[in-house]
Amino acid sequence: MSEFLYMGGYAFHVWTSYALAFVVLFINIVGPIVRHRKMLQSASDFQQLNEVMSDDA
Amino acid sequence: MMKWIHTMASSAWFYRFSGKMIPWLMAIFTVLFVYGLYGGLVTAPADYQQGDAFRIIYIHVPAAWMSLFIYIVMAVYAFIALVWRIKLAEVLLISSAPIGAAFTFLALVTGSLWGKPMWGTWWSWDARLTSELLLLFLYWGVIGLYAAIEDKRTASRAVSILTLIGVVNIPIIHYSVEWWNTLHQGSSVTLTDKPSMPIEMLMPLLVMATAFKVFYAISLLLRTRSELVEREPNSKWLKQVIEENEHE
Repeated sequence: MSEFLYMGGYAFHVWTSYALAFVVLFINIVGPIVRHRKMLQSASDFQQLNEVMSDDA
Repeated sequence: MMKWIHTMASSAWFYRFSGKMIPWLMAIFTVLFVYGLYGGLVTAPADYQQGDAFRIIYIHVPAAWMSLFIYIVMAVYAFIALVWRIKLAEVLLISSAPIGAAFTFLALVTGSLWGKPMWGTWWSWDARLTSELLLLFLYWGVIGLYAAIEDKRTASRAVSILTLIGVVNIPIIHYSVEWWNTLHQGSSVTLTDKPSMPIEMLMPLLVMATAFKVFYAISLLLRTRSELVEREPNSKWLKQVIEENEHE
């Protein structure tokens, strides 16, 4: 196991590369999901506001 | 045929269809990615020249392929958006840019992490590295230009034109290792020649490349969905979607 982590002396370069790949992939999934929720919420608010406005008129 | 294209290109249809596709794509991606990681980090033997450092290839090369692939796909969307004015093509184009930028960034940084122990330097201003850096700036340019223009139809036209102009960079990146003397090694895998690496090294690379392609599809669908919501907040289809969500 420790030999596996050692990566023939290239541990820093190999593991940093893989860790970075994880970070990049994670950001590109979670970011859009969070943004989608926000956009749905603001669209819903916008529509409710429109309904209230048209009721008043 | 035209009717079929119009159905496919409608926001309502695309939003619902993509919502159904995403969980399946996630499952496929997970299987491929785990296999690719295991193959690349465990079962592939160390390289006879580069030792274990070569394992960076399983991130670096698929990421670099994606950086080119996504740009070419964007150029296709740009062409469709300019010629037929299809809104969905505009949304797909702008939603692709951050993913392309992310893969380009990943290719550059992992290349740097690989270059340091192999070439003795983090960076060199040679043809391959410089043209790939230019690609990153092109992606950022597309994102910046779109954000800078208020009207999103106008912004999409501007971005489409910029994308099509930037296409000249793609063959330069691809052939840079043949046209110029460079530190960067030549291609390990080509479509025409027999691969220069054994099968237990090659398989994880191809699987990882496929996993990244599926990942692009997932991230693209997610981004496109929120872009559609943002662009059409008061549309009939979105009202229906919101109502359905409330009843769940």
